[in-house]
Amino acid sequence: MISEQLVDLSRLQFAATALYHFLFVPLTIGMVWLLVIMESVYVMTGNVIWKDMTRFWGKLFGINFALGVTTGITLEFQFGTNWAYYSHYVGDIFGAPLAIEGLMAFFLESTMIGLFFFGWDRLSRTQHLMVTVLMAVGTNLSALWILIANGWMQNPVGAEFSYQTMRMEMTDFWAVLFNPVAQAKFVHTVSAGYVTGAMFVLSISSWYLLRGRDIEFAKRSFRVAAAFGLASVCSVIVLGDESGYTVGEAQQTKMAALEAMWETKPAPAGLTLVAGIDEAAQKNDWEIEIPWVMGLIGTRSTTQQIPGIHDIKAKNRERIERGIHAVAALEALRKNPGDAAAKARFEQDKADLGFGLLLKKYVADVREATPEIIQKAVDSTVPRVTPMFWSFRVMVGLGFLMLALFGLAFWSTLRTGFGPPRWLLRGALIMLPAPWISCELGWFVAEYGRQPWTIYGVLPTHLSVSTLSLNSLYGSLAGFIGFYTVLLVVEIFLMVKFARMGPGSLGTGRYQQEPIHA
Amino acid sequence: MFDYGTLKIIWWLLVGVLLVGFAIMDGHDMGVGTLLPFVGRSDIERRTVINTVGAHWEGNQVWFVTAGGALFAAWPLVYATAFSGFYWAMMAALWALFFRPVGFTYRSKIQNTTWRSTWDWGLFVGGFVPPVIFGVAFGNLLQGVPFQFDPLLVSTYTGNFWQLLNPFALLVGVVSSAMLTLQGGAYLAHRTEGVIQARAVKAAGGAALVMVAGFVAAGVWLQWIPGFRISSVVDPSALPNPLGKTVVLETGAWMANYAIQPLLWLLPALGIVGALAAAGLLRARRTLTAFVASSLAIVGVIGTAGASMFPFVMPSSTMPAASLTVWDSVSSHLTLGIMFWATLILMPLIVLYTSWAYSVMRGKVTAAYIRENEHGAY
Repeated sequence: MISEQLVDLSRLQFAATALYHFLFVPLTIGMVWLLVIMESVYVMTGNVIWKDMTRFWGKLFGINFALGVTTGITLEFQFGTNWAYYSHYVGDIFGAPLAIEGLMAFFLESTMIGLFFFGWDRLSRTQHLMVTVLMAVGTNLSALWILIANGWMQNPVGAEFSYQTMRMEMTDFWAVLFNPVAQAKFVHTVSAGYVTGAMFVLSISSWYLLRGRDIEFAKRSFRVAAAFGLASVCSVIVLGDESGYTVGEAQQTKMAALEAMWETKPAPAGLTLVAGIDEAAQKNDWEIEIPWVMGLIGTRSTTQQIPGIHDIKAKNRERIERGIHAVAALEALRKNPGDAAAKARFEQDKADLGFGLLLKKYVADVREATPEIIQKAVDSTVPRVTPMFWSFRVMVGLGFLMLALFGLAFWSTLRTGFGPPRWLLRGALIMLPAPWISCELGWFVAEYGRQPWTIYGVLPTHLSVSTLSLNSLYGSLAGFIGFYTVLLVVEIFLMVKFARMGPGSLGTGRYQQEPIHA
Repeated sequence: MFDYGTLKIIWWLLVGVLLVGFAIMDGHDMGVGTLLPFVGRSDIERRTVINTVGAHWEGNQVWFVTAGGALFAAWPLVYATAFSGFYWAMMAALWALFFRPVGFTYRSKIQNTTWRSTWDWGLFVGGFVPPVIFGVAFGNLLQGVPFQFDPLLVSTYTGNFWQLLNPFALLVGVVSSAMLTLQGGAYLAHRTEGVIQARAVKAAGGAALVMVAGFVAAGVWLQWIPGFRISSVVDPSALPNPLGKTVVLETGAWMANYAIQPLLWLLPALGIVGALAAAGLLRARRTLTAFVASSLAIVGVIGTAGASMFPFVMPSSTMPAASLTVWDSVSSHLTLGIMFWATLILMPLIVLYTSWAYSVMRGKVTAAYIRENEHGAY
């Protein structure tokens, strides 16, 4: 049997490398559009300051992009290295969007980024703008395909299990493509990236303004970032609600957990603002609630109920009990594919196969599962409530704070004479880490909230790992952490250095703090 | 549109196309990285070398990423079994590759000799190590790899990292490294002039000789290495089941395909003639033709490996019946079909805009160019 330690280490490595990768991705996704906006203004007006803006912010974009690429390669290969059974079990569906991402998006983005940096003197203005636009399109298409793959893990549509090949197989590509969970995730995630890009430019521009440096350059950058950021943060909040929509059981389970909703409440349910959670007793000691709101957001109706944790678990218990028959029938079928009786039993219960497999964590032969083991498995089907509840609240809280910041920043640029007050500029500087914290917490809520599954209802996490030795995992985990820490230090060092130098780093002679060379 | 059996063959060819594409495109960047510390001796020379691939390495690296993705989509069992089995080899390749994006982007951002020379050696590692590892991996595939499946198709790998470094596999690693060094040298000769070009030509000539000698030696050695043969009846359109066949080991089995189809001898011939022609053309400074010849040599060498092993992809030395072949390690009919059309439509587009990018950036990279673009160039 697979040791729990191996599973934990594999999860830790994936979480660490994925969260680390996502320090760089949202900035890329957002900044690329800011570059498109700045360069478009340059092409339309011919004012060279807009070209310098594109090039300077592009330089910081490039420093960030390098680590996005470095850490992205790991993810493309880590499914195979560390999640071999997962790769076999769902590669038929999950592999396709990853491959198409490479062919359709990453190739385009990566080819164009070369021309973006090196093509300024070799392309006409319009051609160069086209390159920047294609780079932006590639980047965003990349996010689309990755989130189609990720969305399928949350809501596995358009696929069916085949006992002959012992894996999930695609039955409907369009269902995978237009998976409502994937589409909602895509708009929510890229909008969060846009906010990250806008916050980055807004914060650094604010710093120049506070210092009274490169004022014309910083003012224009601030204006673009404020407008783009306001639109994006509105989109994150509105479309974030969209991804909370109760599609599929994975999302329902997550919603119950992140709302600490133990009981199914009469419709329309209230929205819990804060609560004192007692995880052991599976109840809240106290809570502050806004009536109706949750039901309206979650179901878009006043009559539909949102299931609570106890009801979800009761339903999962039935599915686990049926799943035992499915697993037993499958094992008989694998031994003797001609066993017609086993086939009939399997067909009857195969929808609950994944739930039966949950028991494999505790017992090799699922038919020997005792009531205590079944209870353990049932309890494992809902993730721990406390981390979900608070991560979600910090993410949303920061989201509303950023809404206020971008709103004020935008309003300040509309006033005659452009006068963001100093406290606002300082606020923008302090808020720089906010989008990153929100993005990381967002991933945590989405992926920790999917546990104990890699593919909700289909494949439990503990079955998904590669059968590696613990030493291999300790070694690679240490390697990744060591490597990534050094790279992060170098990246931040360069970012700070070039942000401090400002547009003078372009060496055009038009800005303060030009570099001096011997 | 296509029946299952045909699609399985098409995907074997497409994986080959992706590997060849990777070796030609990312391969020349890696070759340039391998040569960097040796053909560039001063900072300005090294910057010249780096900037020959500056605008393109990023796009070229996607061949590697896409090959990984395509393997996942088309041959999920190979992706799963090979990557988890070769765990430490994969980690070493990944970590070596880490040096490239940061090396290229960060190296010239700071004027400090230690900083720059550290990244230069980082770029060397990123260019040199992965081709060696991929070659070693191929060398092990040809000898069979110790893995097995349980009835639920959970794979277990029973070898360790050091066993991968056996003499035959290391020889294939040398061939692979020399092949991409030649490719990088030919590219570098095309994009530079003067002393850098002269050094690149010399290095490429040496690489070509090592590659040909190693390739021939490996071919001779292969005569004594037991190959694998499916001994049961194959139904190409059957549902993939890697446990549903019997396999025997036979010395000379890797030569069987050449006996059935003598035209396949053209592949190893292309590998040898292409490499030697590339070296000769470089001496005559016919650099572009040399690059084409070197690329054809890559087609020949990778084609030889594929042709020898077909239909095997990843033979198992400990449980031969579990060997992965083009017939039984593939995705479903539907997925193979969708991925075929996606590739058919998107691949020509990629070739088109990549060619455009190269034509925009064409011409020699010189020291003068670096000085003019002090802040923009790598």
